[in-house]
Amino acid sequence: MSTIANTIFSPELAARFDKLATIYPLRRSALVPMLLYAQDEIGYVSDEAIAEIAERIGIYELDVRNVLSYYSMLRTRPAGKYNVQVCTNISCMLRGGYEILDHCKAKLGIGHKETTEDGLFSLEEVECIGACCWAPAMQINYDFHDDLTPEKVDVLFQMYKDGQGKDVK
Amino acid sequence: MPSLVSHPDEVKVLSRRFGMGATDIDKYVELDGYKAVQKAIAEGPEWIINTMKASGMRGRGGAGFPTGMKWSFVPKQSDKPKYVLVNGDESEPGTCKDHVIFLHDPHAVIEGTMIAGLAIGAKLGFIYLRGEYRYLLKIMEKAVADAYAKGYLGKNIFGTGVDFDIITQTGAGAYEVGEESALMESLEGKRGVPRIKPPFPAVVGLYGGPTVINNAETIAAVPHILLMGGEAFAKIGSERNGGTRLFGISGHVERPGVYELPMGYSLRKAIYDVAGGIKGGKKLKAVVPGGSSCPVLTADEIDVGLDFDQMGKAGTMLGSGGIVVLDETVSIVEFALRTIAFYQHESCGWCIPCREGTDWIKKTLTRVHAGGGSKKDVDNVQYLAENMMGRTFCPLGDAAAMPTLGFVKKFRKEFEEYIEGKRVGTPLLQIKPVGEVEMAGAH
Repeated sequence: MSTIANTIFSPELAARFDKLATIYPLRRSALVPMLLYAQDEIGYVSDEAIAEIAERIGIYELDVRNVLSYYSMLRTRPAGKYNVQVCTNISCMLRGGYEILDHCKAKLGIGHKETTEDGLFSLEEVECIGACCWAPAMQINYDFHDDLTPEKVDVLFQMYKDGQGKDVK
Repeated sequence: MPSLVSHPDEVKVLSRRFGMGATDIDKYVELDGYKAVQKAIAEGPEWIINTMKASGMRGRGGAGFPTGMKWSFVPKQSDKPKYVLVNGDESEPGTCKDHVIFLHDPHAVIEGTMIAGLAIGAKLGFIYLRGEYRYLLKIMEKAVADAYAKGYLGKNIFGTGVDFDIITQTGAGAYEVGEESALMESLEGKRGVPRIKPPFPAVVGLYGGPTVINNAETIAAVPHILLMGGEAFAKIGSERNGGTRLFGISGHVERPGVYELPMGYSLRKAIYDVAGGIKGGKKLKAVVPGGSSCPVLTADEIDVGLDFDQMGKAGTMLGSGGIVVLDETVSIVEFALRTIAFYQHESCGWCIPCREGTDWIKKTLTRVHAGGGSKKDVDNVQYLAENMMGRTFCPLGDAAAMPTLGFVKKFRKEFEEYIEGKRVGTPLLQIKPVGEVEMAGAH
């Protein structure tokens, strides 16, 4: 009963969701992964995605929203094509995390949780991403970049602009 | 890509296969992989648990609970299925050891999960990685698929008639989910709020079934312990603290990195020898020794052994093994503010002392930091933190209160001087007018 006739997702993702709904002792365990994978495909968790996921899991949309609002990586509005997440937590802060964040703000001309006009980049100050020994660090979408300097950030932004950045999904 | 580091004082047990291509299943097998699980099947649950007990292995997530004992608490008979849950939600600031394990030795996590399952009589294990670790999840997913393809997972593993399945799971951004009961809630597709204990997970856990929850590092050590023997592992470490552990040394050191050191190794040597001393020849000011929730140690308190008991005696904790080193330029006022801002952001709001306490401490320290503080503020911060301790469902409240108390008690003079206008060190935080401090908490 998990297969959806008019899915809003790509055939690949829909097939993946069909399978996800069957592997757990309780179907609801698929909820958080589904929300994240839906966001990976659409760019955010849209109302339509919430409705379909609720149907796939067999719970109310309200329950989906309740869970969605808890997790910091999930968003209900679009971000940039490349979401730049700069860690400023203690280990990164000690090695220039705020300098990197300021540099990103200046370079992209946007602030925390904002998106550039062309929709290419968005910026987020995030909590510890588990790269403390290689600080300062950031993630662009899911790709880790560490031992950062402002110069290295410039090179990375140019790479992504040129379509040569890694896009781990 | 995180770079690997090395030092002659390291004892490589867990990190033995790091950098050797062990993500490839054939390479892993060549390096003694999947031998321990076959031995475990042959010897049986009692032998596994006794070996783990003899190893002196204590949980590497931070609490330091003896692993063998934890496994022995799971009832032998159960109407509901039992589960193994591997906690790879690694999100304690200063901690990146599981990152390296998933990156270099994913099959050790799989094998350890299987052995834990055999020990307690579970047929299904979950490996939960924090959402940010997507590239590591990919590595784990491939490793699991390869293990299925070889017949090491699934029905009738190694032709022994034993069944075992593993599901990998992603989180989606939440520090709180690293707490074991919140982790179960998250895996059940809910908000990651903690459950009240008792009942403990060993009795009523995931989907209501008896569940063993172990940190990824603990699990990755299991195959090594079974192969080398519990006593041999115990002997590497210090008294009541078996073996080695992965210490992530970060902050103001010359050679930050994840190093595998014997339990009980000197904190001073870890900073000055292993990690190469303080960056740029500066002076040491303080150390947060086991992730951000551990009370700070001052520069003259570092002659202490890195194990659960010695760190406890020193008034702090071994925690997650994330050693954060602060040089003389750091303002403790700033550092304390950044630390509490994190906990305020991550508090799930379930328990009032944590929700309100973290928020008011952050607000008060923000005012102090912005230059509008009074000495009474320092008292208030201490009062708030003291009243959070032990008054919440899960340890997040304590995790926020403990470092705060450490900072205001050990560096009270610096707080008071800051309030009087005497500033120490280089400002690292962006200074904004009160009420407009823009940190990650602002959403």
